[in-house]
Amino acid sequence: MSEWPASVVDSAVPGATPAVVQFRDVVVSFEGPPVLRGVSFSVGPRETRILLGPAGVGKSVLLKATNGLICPEAGSIFLFGEDIARMKEGSLFALRARTGMVFQEGALFDSLSVRDNVAYQLIQERVPDDEIDHRVQEALKFVGLEHTFSLFPGSLSGGMRRRVAIARALIRNPELLLYDSPTGGLDPVTSTTIIELIVKQRDFYKTPSILVTHRLQDAFTMVTHRYDAEKDAMVPLPGGETDANTTFLMLNEGKLIFDGNIDQLVDSQDPFVKEFLE
Amino acid sequence: MAFEKIDSTAKELVYTVQDYFLFSLRAVLNLFSRPVYWADMIIQSDIIGVGSATIVIFAGFFTGGVLAVQSAATLAAFGATAVTGRFVAMSMIRELGAVLTGIMVSGRNASSMASELGSMVVTEQIDAMRALGVDPIRKLVTPRIFACVTMLFFLTIVSDFCGILGGAAVTVFMNHQNGTQYFSMAYEFLQFPDILQGLVKPLLFGFLIASIGCFYGMRTTGGTQGVGRSTIQAVVWASVMIIFSDLLVSIVMVSIFSR
Repeated sequence: MSEWPASVVDSAVPGATPAVVQFRDVVVSFEGPPVLRGVSFSVGPRETRILLGPAGVGKSVLLKATNGLICPEAGSIFLFGEDIARMKEGSLFALRARTGMVFQEGALFDSLSVRDNVAYQLIQERVPDDEIDHRVQEALKFVGLEHTFSLFPGSLSGGMRRRVAIARALIRNPELLLYDSPTGGLDPVTSTTIIELIVKQRDFYKTPSILVTHRLQDAFTMVTHRYDAEKDAMVPLPGGETDANTTFLMLNEGKLIFDGNIDQLVDSQDPFVKEFLE
Repeated sequence: MAFEKIDSTAKELVYTVQDYFLFSLRAVLNLFSRPVYWADMIIQSDIIGVGSATIVIFAGFFTGGVLAVQSAATLAAFGATAVTGRFVAMSMIRELGAVLTGIMVSGRNASSMASELGSMVVTEQIDAMRALGVDPIRKLVTPRIFACVTMLFFLTIVSDFCGILGGAAVTVFMNHQNGTQYFSMAYEFLQFPDILQGLVKPLLFGFLIASIGCFYGMRTTGGTQGVGRSTIQAVVWASVMIIFSDLLVSIVMVSIFSR
């Protein structure tokens, strides 16, 4: 990982590690009122931030701003220590290639096979075919879809498409993962499969991530479970423990109204947070 | 109220033109820096060039035939049916070959570019491409512009050839004139400025078709309805700009060569 400027390290905490992502007073607006208003937070190494909030409050916009797909009107966004807020599109591609992103509906390229979708970045980098096949098989095995290697996205179910999208995001061992409502519109069983994969990724590769969701059940499952490598399954943490590296953010009307862990979330006196949890 | 409407429409038009120029400039400049996606250029050349060949051959042939039918009737009044070949060849090479091919390719390819890229935009595939560290303009737009410019050039030559053949078929089989006379008249009176005019136009038309098609595709908003809107706008504007630029090129060429 590259060295980051001191400005991104939290100076108040001695020996603090640099944040992978840091938002400082970010404002994003399109035509009309701002979608994000003065949002500030950070994501540390190995940290998973779950971004909660009802539909239409700017969760996806925030996620897209994280890797420069959307430019903020004001404020700074540091990605791997570099301020991307005013960076040119051409300079952003190299930084984006170090992140993995899972889109709401998967956003698979429908004219390409699963193999070519998962290997998209590797093909652009002209990695030899044998190596591509091996790495695609490995990524598909991680998401349990080895048999879809030569299929096209059109013949996959919604859940399978999300899992292929996760494989595509993971294939280049990204330094940051961004999940945009990965369980949105899926049935409970498939949702659990996807969350299990995300927990497996979190505990196995320990990649920092931001996960956008409006499903509290998914968020609580993530924080109360861990991946058991021996059983190759997600199991509850013992004695009501919670994952210390998985914390919450909550957006409402473009403002970040909560930033903390599960206990703080449950004990929050903010009327909107209470209403959302209920 | 009316002034506000005019003001906002004018501003939107200026912004659109500005966006289009910046978009086109970026797409063209991508040819001079790495990576250049040669494989995509070949695939697009096949789709645009080989895919449009049939309609261009038929359109060219029938247009040449129509020209021969119409001109023979008029020329007969002056006892000049012998110059039918000259009339058909001049019309096809200087004007109709390029414009008709442009319009045909625009209907087929500007629409497909706008709808294909538009669908990719609304299903977040373009964002996914950007998130994967690939420049969608470099990967999707530049190859289409390159392919359209080069293929329209060759398609126009095919169209010109087929048009002259169509004219010959009508002249020989319907008007019962001499085929050798038709071809010698078609060939003898052609000069360099005529050929130049006919071959400069497709380069410009090809650029307009692909850049307008991709531009409207890439700025699609509003789901599947938006894709339909983009497709219509792409075909309409590409066709209008082909005819408008044809007028400009003709004025410039005629003033330069006095022919």
